[in-house]
Amino acid sequence: MSDQDDRPAASSRTLDLAVATLIFLLGALVIYDSWRIGARWAEDGPQSGYFPFYIGLLICGSSIATFIRGLSDAKAAARPFVTLGQLRMVLSMLVPTVIYAGLIRYLGLYVASTLFIGLFMIWLGKYGWLKTALVSVGVSVVSYMLFEVWFRVPLPKGPLETLLHLN
Amino acid sequence: MEEINALMHGFAVALSPFNLVLMMVGVVLGVLIGVLPGLGGANGVAILLPLTFTMPPTSAIIMLSCIYWGALFGGAITSILFNIPGEPWSVATTFDGFPLAQKGRAGNALTAAFTSSFFGALVAVILITFLSPVIARFALEFGPPEFFSVYLLTFCAFVGMAKGKAMKTISSMMIGFALAAVGLDTVTGQLRLTFGFTDLLQGFDFLIAVIGLFGIGEILQTLEEGLAFKGTNAKMDMKVVIQTWKELPRYWATALRSAAVGCFMGIVPGGATPASFMSYGVAKRFSKDGDKFGTGVLEGVVAPETAAHAAGTSALLPMLTLGVPGSPTAAVLLGGLLIWGLQPGPLLFVEQKDFVWGLIASMYLGNIAGLIVVLTTVPLFAAILRIPFSIIAPVILVVCAIGAYTVHNSMLDVYLMVFFGVMGYVFKKLEYPLAPLVLALVLGDRAEASFRQAMLMSQGDMQIFFSNALVGGITGLALFLLFWPLVSTLLGVLRARLAQQEQ
Repeated sequence: MSDQDDRPAASSRTLDLAVATLIFLLGALVIYDSWRIGARWAEDGPQSGYFPFYIGLLICGSSIATFIRGLSDAKAAARPFVTLGQLRMVLSMLVPTVIYAGLIRYLGLYVASTLFIGLFMIWLGKYGWLKTALVSVGVSVVSYMLFEVWFRVPLPKGPLETLLHLN
Repeated sequence: MEEINALMHGFAVALSPFNLVLMMVGVVLGVLIGVLPGLGGANGVAILLPLTFTMPPTSAIIMLSCIYWGALFGGAITSILFNIPGEPWSVATTFDGFPLAQKGRAGNALTAAFTSSFFGALVAVILITFLSPVIARFALEFGPPEFFSVYLLTFCAFVGMAKGKAMKTISSMMIGFALAAVGLDTVTGQLRLTFGFTDLLQGFDFLIAVIGLFGIGEILQTLEEGLAFKGTNAKMDMKVVIQTWKELPRYWATALRSAAVGCFMGIVPGGATPASFMSYGVAKRFSKDGDKFGTGVLEGVVAPETAAHAAGTSALLPMLTLGVPGSPTAAVLLGGLLIWGLQPGPLLFVEQKDFVWGLIASMYLGNIAGLIVVLTTVPLFAAILRIPFSIIAPVILVVCAIGAYTVHNSMLDVYLMVFFGVMGYVFKKLEYPLAPLVLALVLGDRAEASFRQAMLMSQGDMQIFFSNALVGGITGLALFLLFWPLVSTLLGVLRARLAQQEQ
């Protein structure tokens, strides 16, 4: 199990080059949009796109430099960006988080948070249903008190709150 | 002296019961934030910022800055007990702090860390008390070209001090500028970089970026080592504290040196993180026990902690006087000031005396409160980290999500937070520095505005940036810092070649 985990998912160098390329594309996007608005000098001063245009140029320039440097970086090629084991750990947190963020819109923040915390407690912490329910619902109730009642900061709510007339 | 009078007036403002309560709450929250990974100083302040919208600005900033001090103190707790830096600037504290804990001397290490932090912050606050009115008076002479040159200096300093990562620093910084440019251009009314998405009209909020980059990104990185926080126990009682206090005066030279490094790095803007590393390195070089550094030497804890706190505190000096934050957290505080409608910069000292001196007075009080709180509650905070990961991790993420949402009551911000989180994780691993990105995001609009105003004044002539001694001096320094590493590498190569020829 640990042998598998130590295998690299991708080398540092691969990611370095990939990210440099992405940054270059971002810079190109910035240059394109700035040029579209107008990146030259008007009579009354720089046009709207003047500043972003040069920013875009610097982005592209620096990313090219990083790319070239990265090509010859042998140490980075040997070093893993992340091992399979590490990647698994990171994804096991990241994927539920993405789902959680997506669910907030449909279920409201409190219900989504309860499910999110509950998921981790059952899956990772191997807790029983009762403890999980107590903690996850408890945290949501405390947050509700804290934000809705005390700070008076409204957070997104969903069908459950509508049902309970807590809107 | 005028400053002392102003300071006394500030104390009067700060010592209201409401503000004192906020101070204590702030410090406790701050330590909690500093202890929990993912809720860092910049991040924690960013999350709690929207909650202070209903408070008067003076009280709000007192609480937020106390959160900042608390976080500065709290980062050391996890570094020493768990070998997990609670804050980026606590990394250097782990070098000697954790070995000390492993040797059973956690209490000594913690006391040393807290006391050094207090000392560093105190030096910095005294510096702020006497230096800021001077700089503010000086800065009242500043016009757009001068302001732009100061911004330029800030950014060039980052690039110049980047040591081998100059290109990545530039990329990071420029991405920050690009993100700042998204949205409505206030001068011409044109939409920039929005590509038809009306949601992007207001641009990217630095708070969301900070929560994502520094919060989620850091959690993801901590996760690599496994889904648990393992740590050592700490025994804290008065005996240990006094015993350590008796030992500390021995390191007065280290403390002063580190405080100096810290104050410099806070003002120049480097921030608390580089300050802690630099002073660790310097202390190691100058100390008699230099080679024992890394095995658990008290001095190895004194140096980074003093510097980090001195830097973190003195970062507020340029923020208040010039409107240029010296660290990511100061950048967030600056953002807060702007949101409350206050203009950081020299006018603050003239028009908002209550606010400024109330804040400075609260720095003294907040640090004392912080030291007391932290010395007495270490076991409590250490226990919090023993809450199983499966509970505490999702709770931290929920807090981050709430924080992101409450900025603009927008779900988009929550999604952006996750995106920034992944970006922060990848950037950190590939050694793209995040501080320039955040700084550029916060300052981008103002830097651009100063540039455009300067250009309007000079009708497009770049020479305005060298038009008088002040502007020319700062711009020159900026360019020097920018190109110095290049020049020094070339000189090094030349020297090596000459030496070869002589052989």
